[in-house]
Amino acid sequence: MRLHEYQAKQIFSKHGIRIPKGRVAKTPEEVREIAEELGGRVVIKAQVLVGGRGKAGGIKKAETAEEAERIAKDLLGSLIRGHRVDKLLVEEQIPIEKEYYLGYVVDKSRRMPAVIFSKVGGMDIEEIASKHPEKIHKIYFDPLWGLHDYQIRRELFKAGFRGDEFRGMFNLIRTLVDIAFEYEAELTEINPLAVTKDGFIAVDARLNVDDNALYRHPELLSLRDATEVDELEREARLKGLNYVRVGGDIGVIANGAGLAMTTMDLIHLMGGKPANFLDTGGGLADPEKMKNCLLHVLKDENVKVIFINIFAEITRCEKVAEGIILALEESDRRVPLVVKLVGTNEEIGKEMLRRYAEENNAPIYFVDTIEEGAKKAVEIAKEV
Amino acid sequence: MAILVDENTKVIVQGITGFQGSFQTKRMLEYGTKVVGGVSPGKGGMEVHGVPVFNTVEEAVNETDADTSIIYVPARFATDAIFEAFDAGLRLVVCVTEGIPLYDEMRIHRRLREVKSMLLGPNCPGVISPGKSKVGLLPDRCFTPGNLGIVSRSGTLTYQISENLTKAGIGQSTVVGIGGDPMPGLTFIDILEMFEEDDETKAILMIGEIGGTAEEEAAEFIKRKISKPVVAFIAGRTAPPGKRMGHAGAIIEGSTGTAESKIEALRDAGVYVAETLFDIVKEVKRVLG
Repeated sequence: MRLHEYQAKQIFSKHGIRIPKGRVAKTPEEVREIAEELGGRVVIKAQVLVGGRGKAGGIKKAETAEEAERIAKDLLGSLIRGHRVDKLLVEEQIPIEKEYYLGYVVDKSRRMPAVIFSKVGGMDIEEIASKHPEKIHKIYFDPLWGLHDYQIRRELFKAGFRGDEFRGMFNLIRTLVDIAFEYEAELTEINPLAVTKDGFIAVDARLNVDDNALYRHPELLSLRDATEVDELEREARLKGLNYVRVGGDIGVIANGAGLAMTTMDLIHLMGGKPANFLDTGGGLADPEKMKNCLLHVLKDENVKVIFINIFAEITRCEKVAEGIILALEESDRRVPLVVKLVGTNEEIGKEMLRRYAEENNAPIYFVDTIEEGAKKAVEIAKEV
Repeated sequence: MAILVDENTKVIVQGITGFQGSFQTKRMLEYGTKVVGGVSPGKGGMEVHGVPVFNTVEEAVNETDADTSIIYVPARFATDAIFEAFDAGLRLVVCVTEGIPLYDEMRIHRRLREVKSMLLGPNCPGVISPGKSKVGLLPDRCFTPGNLGIVSRSGTLTYQISENLTKAGIGQSTVVGIGGDPMPGLTFIDILEMFEEDDETKAILMIGEIGGTAEEEAAEFIKRKISKPVVAFIAGRTAPPGKRMGHAGAIIEGSTGTAESKIEALRDAGVYVAETLFDIVKEVKRVLG
């Protein structure tokens, strides 16, 4: 789970990292008020969870409170790389002398945590790494022993840090690693880390925490509502569905992430556009599960046809069929279904669906392979 | 020969009295797997499908001489179960459990460096050497003995592909699900190396997914070390960046983990990357001759 900048900054600030003065606003009037409090010269930052926000016009400077209000009017409700802006962070402008980079990441390939810093900040760390690999400093450390002081010292000296900057950076690294371990972060970043005449200040903040560990951090769970943009995705999470909206017109339901992604890939290959990713996971023995999945995909009004691809194996297929029928009965939408159903009693399951389709004039097509199903779904989507 | 498990593998089931543990024990026994014991703290002395239950892994290993364990324990207790299995000196630990926190997995990997055990998973369907042994929940009927080694990050997708191959008359030496977590125990590279050394394996199929760098690392390894023909498939070619597609592993961030980068690396290593599931069968048939 990726936190919003303002949420990450609140956590950073609580741990003693300096952040610019400012607050979050939801209306142009609020933005104006905050800007007035801060003396008029402010930075307005769209709180959207996408990369390259600045380049996409999501970060603007204002010299007066009136200008801030005007900018807010434009930004609020606009789309930044497909994400709707409904919150703005309004902050004092910081007189920046230099920009550094400081980050922490769990390196999944090396299975170890690492601190990364550079005196070249302000852009993508990947970009710095590819253009100036010598300017990137990395400290890998043992997750059991933690980060030793000497490791920080060694790398800071190597990078040419001395005096106040050395002390400031040393403390920042310590604090960032503490935050990472406290919240079980996959990644946390300060980019840019601004150098001012009063020392370091975190101009931006990023904190991605591990979803699997959220049960140990109930305080983070409460922040979660604010981080989802798409209404159907938000609803899916509340229902416990593993759903991602992609935007096309062919609904996809499959059991297993790999199977669902492959179904989407083949739809693309046949010239169609999947509407979503939905992995039902296990537990299909309960018809309610399939019913909920199908009802959810039916809520997407762009969906013209749904490809249900279930490799049920152990699960009895009549339970899957029962779930599909329950959903069709409850929904008032009539969307053609393409069904690939494999598992115990698959003939019984298919027969149930066939009978339902005939009696209710509901279009259901059976296929034997994913390729065939993808092709059929694309054909139907083009006809409708 | 096969890799990881064969007819001599003796297995204990951690969490054998749970619903999944008990059900899968029955299915493994039906397949012919030598399930010699189970572990469930406080339930020592019981029997599940005729298999004796012990309170600790240590006791189970001492009594049964097991060398492999499979873990069906909820995520909050799975890390502890893995450490217990390591400490009991098991050769292979298969963890099916999904949702183990990242920081726990880091500690597990740290411990792995100090012990002799191999870890398959977590969040994996296990391993099957068709006709010999199955340690996991892979559906029997999708597999048949043969000479193709399969290693995969997916579950149901692997079953589907294996079934297609089996129907086309292509059997498997061993099918290994390394799991969908970003930090798996045994990796593509480990399994590729084992297949390279296995006499029974004549060709290898690798099923990857978007996210992470495991496929790129495997490609590099194939280039240097693998002489047997390798066919690959990558799921999630058309997934949009920045979206998490189910598995913790399957997420594209920035420029890393894209299908393009994986496919390019694999092709560069001389690997045939299939576009469709039909393609896989066709190419595997061709390389096996």
